[in-house]
Amino acid sequence: MAVIKLGSGYNIGIPPGVCTFIERPVQAPAKSSDIPHNPNLPSLSIVSTGGTIASRIDYRTGSVTSQFNASDILVAIPELASVANYRTIPLATILSENMTPAIWQQLARAVYDEIRGGAAGIIVTHGTDTMAYSAAALSFMIDTPVPVVFVGSQRSADRPSSDNAMNAICAAAAATSDLGEVAVVMHATTSDDTCAIHRGTRVRKMHTSRRDAFRSLGIPPVGSVEYPSRKVTLAPDAVRRGARTPALHEHLDPDCALIQFYPGMSPRILEAYEGYHGLVIAGTGLGHTSTELIPPLKRLVANGTMIVMTSQCMNGRVCDRVYDTGRDLLDAGLIEGGDMLPEVALVKLMWVLGNEKDRSKAAAMMARDLKGECTRRTPHGL
Amino acid sequence: MDYKALGLVAGIEIHQQLDTQEKLFCRCPTTLREIAEHNAEFSRYLRATVSEMGEIDRAAKEEMKSDRMFRYYAYDTTCLVENDEEPPAPMNDEALTVCLTIAKMFGMTPVPQVHTMRKLVIDGSNTSGFQRTALVAFNGALPDGGQIETICLEEEAAQRVKDEVFSLDRLGIPLVEITTAPCMHSPEEVQNVAEYIGMVLRSTGRVKRGLGTIRQDVNISIAAGARVEIKGVQDLDLIAEVVRREVQRQTNLLAIRDELRRRGAAIDATAGVEVTSLFRETKSAVLKKAKKIHAIVLKGFAGMVGREIQPERRLGSEMSDYAKKCGVGGIFHTDELPAYGVTADEVLHLRSFMKAAEQDCVILVAGTSEKQASCAIGQVITRAAIALSDTPVPEETRRMLESGSTAYMRPLPGAARMYPETDVLPVQIDDRRWNAVDVPELLTAKADRFVAAYGIERNYALQLAASGKLPLIERAVSEGIKPKLAVFTILSTATELRRDGVDVAKIEDQELLDLWHAVEDGKAAREAIPDVLRSVAAGSSVAEALEKLAPLVSREDLVAIVRKILAERKEFVAQKGMAALGPLMGVVMAEVRGSVDGKMVSEVLKTEIAAVVSPKNP
Repeated sequence: MAVIKLGSGYNIGIPPGVCTFIERPVQAPAKSSDIPHNPNLPSLSIVSTGGTIASRIDYRTGSVTSQFNASDILVAIPELASVANYRTIPLATILSENMTPAIWQQLARAVYDEIRGGAAGIIVTHGTDTMAYSAAALSFMIDTPVPVVFVGSQRSADRPSSDNAMNAICAAAAATSDLGEVAVVMHATTSDDTCAIHRGTRVRKMHTSRRDAFRSLGIPPVGSVEYPSRKVTLAPDAVRRGARTPALHEHLDPDCALIQFYPGMSPRILEAYEGYHGLVIAGTGLGHTSTELIPPLKRLVANGTMIVMTSQCMNGRVCDRVYDTGRDLLDAGLIEGGDMLPEVALVKLMWVLGNEKDRSKAAAMMARDLKGECTRRTPHGL
Repeated sequence: MDYKALGLVAGIEIHQQLDTQEKLFCRCPTTLREIAEHNAEFSRYLRATVSEMGEIDRAAKEEMKSDRMFRYYAYDTTCLVENDEEPPAPMNDEALTVCLTIAKMFGMTPVPQVHTMRKLVIDGSNTSGFQRTALVAFNGALPDGGQIETICLEEEAAQRVKDEVFSLDRLGIPLVEITTAPCMHSPEEVQNVAEYIGMVLRSTGRVKRGLGTIRQDVNISIAAGARVEIKGVQDLDLIAEVVRREVQRQTNLLAIRDELRRRGAAIDATAGVEVTSLFRETKSAVLKKAKKIHAIVLKGFAGMVGREIQPERRLGSEMSDYAKKCGVGGIFHTDELPAYGVTADEVLHLRSFMKAAEQDCVILVAGTSEKQASCAIGQVITRAAIALSDTPVPEETRRMLESGSTAYMRPLPGAARMYPETDVLPVQIDDRRWNAVDVPELLTAKADRFVAAYGIERNYALQLAASGKLPLIERAVSEGIKPKLAVFTILSTATELRRDGVDVAKIEDQELLDLWHAVEDGKAAREAIPDVLRSVAAGSSVAEALEKLAPLVSREDLVAIVRKILAERKEFVAQKGMAALGPLMGVVMAEVRGSVDGKMVSEVLKTEIAAVVSPKNP
């Protein structure tokens, strides 16, 4: 069907044979951003990777796609100009399901360059689907003295009710705050009243569509931003600005995988992971697979695959010492992943294997807390 | 008024809610709720977004003048789609079928593929900031030669509770929007067309009934004026009056412009002057409370700002509506001062401070901030400039006030307000689907048939058509109920009860049928109907009500009662003979408390009196 826009603004579909193409109206050129530099405001960098915060209609499929770059975002959200001056770095325009470890590395280098360049904070605009993975990746790859804030939107930017503006404004406020770590800033509730600041290694998208989909698991959020006042409150254990010296450890070993165990899972599935350098299992409960999987897992470990056990419960800590299957898994050479989220464990494993060639040191690193990804104690009430 | 000479052109848009099981883009029921039943609240801001073509719609821009936080009430009958927290479901097929039925009734042509659009509306009435709408068919005909341009299937907006608070129960109920061509030339014609379209819609039996379920927007212009869209005319009887008043308003705005030009009126200033300090000691509560008061002189406008342009509306009211877009409560102008706590001295002081001459009008706005006050005075300047321009009637969307006069809402929206709804797939209307759509009989045709078949007066039959109870009557008749009993209950009894404040809408069709059957079977008297219905409306079942109000009296019981009464009044009966029937009717009816039909009582009484007066076997 040919889509025709009528004078009233309505679109209708007409079979191609019954109409003649005359002309296509020209799209008004995007307004160029002419944002004055204010010497009294801090300088932030916006690295854009795409996602819903910058999405528009795609005439190929009729659905939405990522098209905006960072300066479009500034035109769309003029209030950002009252928070800071911005440098915009368009890195990619992809929906986040198309993100790869290679792009994480580009992103880490771009962010590191901005840190070295003197940015008071960096905002990374990102699709929400895999934002938590990227935030975890940058948490491990960069030591940052300034806030590196991931932000996106759950409702597309082309709707008046989009959460993009409030999220971006709160992200800018967080990026100019006293924070000194990689974080995700998104709606804390369904209302436009507060954004939560989540630690990059403890955050997870917990709802497909709600504005408040992002939740800190295992720890409370490390801070919050009120809207529209932009008042930032940081938790006592939030890493503060200047606490870390800038460093970039960009190596990743992408030959790692994450699988979820389910009842009756065939041991043959594990054959597909022969030759992988690392494997994270989201096991059941305290961190289990069926007994049937233990021999092939043992074989994988013997052949050099580092296997880390996490739990699909998401909340709580793995303990493979309670039941016999757990003990057998430990005997097979699996590493307990503590209370790490499965996908964070995957990203960490890629990073550890990319940076540490010594296996026993690498295994020790997996068990040790590096960037807040595993806690030493599990507080009650969370 | 000579409407032909004035070049009156009018068209209407009719919005009718459909009575479907589920909403248009989610699976929630289409049930309206009591405000107190809401079980969640949340709040949001909305901002204008650019169209596909990269522009911002002028109506949306106007709504953006103030940052407003909207609050929403959610219910256990609403879901994340209404909350704008989940993508919409596919278009409700039941609603599309009703829409196609209506399209076919008007002889329209369906579009081959229906595309859902987002119509930008950022006044808070849609959580998303847009109303989903789809053009389904076009080119329909009206019996008098008028034309229907389009029919669209849309989602209903949220109901405003008050100010910026909205209730989500109504959001998403399917409605059809029927737009006629600008083919009407007199107020009465507009009203007739609206009535006709309403009748066609009700003929489907698939539309919602009751206050607020149908709304008319009227598009009006006169030759020298401009197109104005008046929204939300709920009362059909007011349509003609609305048209008359709009013609009056446009005529008066033209006359004011001519008078202003004759006087050499002018707007010199481009911004207001701050006069906050002049009102430090004022008795006016509004001015005293204001953080910033701005004023402007309109040269040569004295007397014109306060001149009536339609009942209860002045040019000043128009300026006030414009200013309100910035969040202020309204304006003060010297045509109406001193008043509202502003003294004559203050007016003199203000005039001299502003160097206003006698033929000038001074306008005041009171804001909570510099930004708000200057925004409001800017709007006043804009509106005053329009009053003086070549086109003194601006193209506007207006809302109807109770009396039939109107107030400014926003500029007429343009095509820029439409954006494709990317979350909803297009729907094909192929020949097979279109051919399968059944066209129901018009209510007027049904009424005619009813007159012929049941001997009911035509005006009763038409009233029935308007009441939407025709299907119920037909069912009743098919079940053996006498048409007159059913018609009388619906048209007379129910109306009287409603006037008495009984919530007749709570009575289900089935309950009426049960009651009529009881009457027909001699289990209840016609006289008991009002009391039974009262009781049913208050919550009891028909059976309970009958038991309480009309205990069963068999014919034998009745005969026994009648004989007892006759025996007690032997002398009276002997003296009066058959003439005793009338007085004794009341006595018997009181005894059986309405549980026996009057006709039966009269019959039995007659037989029994006859037996006493002239015994067959002496």
